[in-house]
Amino acid sequence: MSNFFDKSDLTRKDADKIVSDTLQNCDDGELYLEDTKSESILLDDNKIKSSSYSSDLGFGFRAITGEVVAYSHSNEISKDSLKKSSDNLKSTLKSMKGTYNHDISRSNKKFYEDINPIEQKTLNSKLEVLNKVNEYLRKKDQSVKQVTTSFAGEQKSIEIIRSGGEVLTDVRPLIRFNVSVMLEKNGRKETGVYGIGGRQSYDEYLKNDNWKTVCEEAYRIASVNLESKPAPAGEMKVVLGPGWPAILIHEAIGHGLEGDFNRKKTSAFHDLMGQKVASEGVTIVDDGTIDNRRGSLTIDDEGTPTEKTVLIENGILKNFMQDRLNARLMNTKSTGSGRRENYRHVVLPRMRNTMMLSGNQTQEEMIKSVDKGIFAVSFGGGQVDITSGKFVFNCTEAYEINNGKIGSPIKGATLIGDGPSILKEVSMVGNDMMLDPGIGTCGKAGQGVPVGVAQPSILIDKMTVGGTKL
Amino acid sequence: MIKDQEYLRSKASYCLDLAKKLGATGSSVTVGHSISETVNFRNNTLDESNRSDGLSISIETYLGKKRSSISSSNLLEDNIKTLIEKCFETTKNTPEDEFNSLPDKDLLAKEIKNLNLYDETHFDNEKKIEYLKELESVASSEGKIINTESSFTENKSNFILANSDGFCDGYKSSSFSASCVTVAKDENSMERDYEFTSKRHLSDIKGAKELAQKASEQTIRKLSPNKIGSEKISIIFDKRIAKGMLGAFAGAISSSSIARGTSFLKDKINEQIFTETINIIDKPDINKGVGSQIFDSEGVKSDTLNLVQNGVLKNYLVDTYNGKKLNLKSNGRSGGTTNLYFDNGNISFEDLLKSNSKHIYVTETIGHGSNLVTGDYSVGATGFLIENGEFKFPVNEITIAGNFKDMFKNITLASDLDFEYSINSPTMMIEGMTVAGK
Repeated sequence: MSNFFDKSDLTRKDADKIVSDTLQNCDDGELYLEDTKSESILLDDNKIKSSSYSSDLGFGFRAITGEVVAYSHSNEISKDSLKKSSDNLKSTLKSMKGTYNHDISRSNKKFYEDINPIEQKTLNSKLEVLNKVNEYLRKKDQSVKQVTTSFAGEQKSIEIIRSGGEVLTDVRPLIRFNVSVMLEKNGRKETGVYGIGGRQSYDEYLKNDNWKTVCEEAYRIASVNLESKPAPAGEMKVVLGPGWPAILIHEAIGHGLEGDFNRKKTSAFHDLMGQKVASEGVTIVDDGTIDNRRGSLTIDDEGTPTEKTVLIENGILKNFMQDRLNARLMNTKSTGSGRRENYRHVVLPRMRNTMMLSGNQTQEEMIKSVDKGIFAVSFGGGQVDITSGKFVFNCTEAYEINNGKIGSPIKGATLIGDGPSILKEVSMVGNDMMLDPGIGTCGKAGQGVPVGVAQPSILIDKMTVGGTKL
Repeated sequence: MIKDQEYLRSKASYCLDLAKKLGATGSSVTVGHSISETVNFRNNTLDESNRSDGLSISIETYLGKKRSSISSSNLLEDNIKTLIEKCFETTKNTPEDEFNSLPDKDLLAKEIKNLNLYDETHFDNEKKIEYLKELESVASSEGKIINTESSFTENKSNFILANSDGFCDGYKSSSFSASCVTVAKDENSMERDYEFTSKRHLSDIKGAKELAQKASEQTIRKLSPNKIGSEKISIIFDKRIAKGMLGAFAGAISSSSIARGTSFLKDKINEQIFTETINIIDKPDINKGVGSQIFDSEGVKSDTLNLVQNGVLKNYLVDTYNGKKLNLKSNGRSGGTTNLYFDNGNISFEDLLKSNSKHIYVTETIGHGSNLVTGDYSVGATGFLIENGEFKFPVNEITIAGNFKDMFKNITLASDLDFEYSINSPTMMIEGMTVAGK
């Protein structure tokens, strides 16, 4: 745990006093202190390309009255700097008056350990694994032309001081291990990427030579793509595999159910609460409480313990994801979804681990039922236009389906759909729900936060596939 | 107040001295300070104010051909000391790489030209609020606009880059940016669009009224869109999307993707990759230019580069490390392009619209559908159907796809280039791409 005050002229008592004094006429707000140590080690083109370490310390001071948020942050933790921030907040909110809401729920549950993954493993042992990965892949066959592999590790300690002196703390480990391989055969080049990670030590992910599994998967994706044909263009049936393809849920539904867009009525979902937005059998939750997952949080960045929030139950829209600000303005409670990339950013309602739960059909049944369509197994990333509801995601591994059978692999293509209606096109939900491997980062308003997704195989009756073949 | 050069220099030389004392054979350090203030409005009222004050330091230490780096936002001397010690420890344990080195001394910038990148004017929050009030009242005056969000940011920054070969320089820069996002609604749909302006000097930014009018017009015309059928059709890219093609091109000619062999433009130097009429220039010394720089992130002087001349690829974007790997000298592009643009074409915007009986005019793309290894391109798109030179109706939920290698050879540019951003393009037409819709 970081002590934010031992190397500063600012004492905890001073901080408490400045916080309480600044927030006395506000509805909400807090001082957020953050200390992040991170490392990244990259092997590329047969060499250790970079090994870097970063230490970032700072505070973000927030005051909210009504709908107005005043925010000031600095990486200098000192009495002078905090006072300057306080003056800045006061001047923004000077003509407003609120009543501070002291309520914040508490919980003793923790979803990961207080560890520093960077220090748990020596630099040399990490370099050794990266070198083994490189050798292993390059020995596989002549078509391997490029290997990139990396470790990224982080420990983030946060402390939240609320008006009245209430203190909430959390220590968050996070690691990621990635492998990217490029193959070249008959003049064609294709890349395969795979990675794993979460809120545990590196060793948890790399025991039993698990790195080999990651290499195999990256290699397999690249090999499949070497044989790929141009993707079809137009509307057709799409079968999505389990796990990572749940990016669809994240983009199509997840963002549109974040509290801020609904309070502002700019989400295509804002007037659909209690209504049917998905086929029967579709249940979607956003869960921050799964042990050691990349998107899990013991408390969110406002200090609220996270929870499992039911967003859609059996097709009916049940809840939005809320931070304190949007919850207050919409007369509801925070769902523990208030997150920020770091102390430089304001809190926004964000996803954690967004999951569609299992149904009772099998993937074979889905594929058998499709005359002409595609089977999408792996994805690069996605994006959504919240207001129009249109969203896209990019396949990195997909196959044609012809007459109920999986055919040739097809080139990467973008799939586009309409968020509010896509889940009504889901006609089968599989019994094979799977979590993603733990590598997702979600971007919103210039802030990236780690998230997870999960889903079973699903059949979508109609979606536009953005290939080149008419 | 933004920290002055003296303060940043003293921090930088402290680091270089310490690294040397520890036994580093070379080192380089960047110390930066940046202050930015943002005010956001929503539906004609103040929504958020945000002040950010940040110091940053990044250090690289060398031991012969071994190298590693650290960065931090904490400039207290005992923290820097701990970090440099840690950095050098890591350097010792990192394997050698023959291409690691500081930039060649004779390539370093010698003089600091004044490009007017800093405007000391302080536009305080009260003035930002006035600007946004005017902007929002104009933006929300159209009946169909149901939501407005706008923002004004002022940023001032200063930095020093120093290395153990004696380079030590830096300069201040500023930016003033305003943006307006509007949401419009009718009985069929809800749509969002935006407009923004960003300049080095306050007096150069667009007026509040102009920004607001553009944003609301662009949003309202998107209402009640149709989905169209799948077909091969000529596509016209609005300037703001056309410049994205340059971004992808720049990624594909970066010396790192060339050296690693992961670019579809590898080994294409001196080959015809675009139509003969195409010229692409990267010009670092534009007065007040948003992307202007005097030297790159390693201190290497940046000169104007003709990247593509008459359709032929002439230069990669080269930094020191990848340059050594490729046997090329750094051309001051560590950190990427500066002010990158397509030269004007020779057909007017109006004539371009009339050049085919039917086009899709794309105003927005979504998704990360550019694969720089294969050149495959596939993204979601929003825009308009144009028939006989006239905008017919808005189109959405379509994708557009092709391969850069073919797309580049089928580009026609209009003659309407202006220098709004760090990457700029005239309106662009590409023939032979596939639209997927219904």
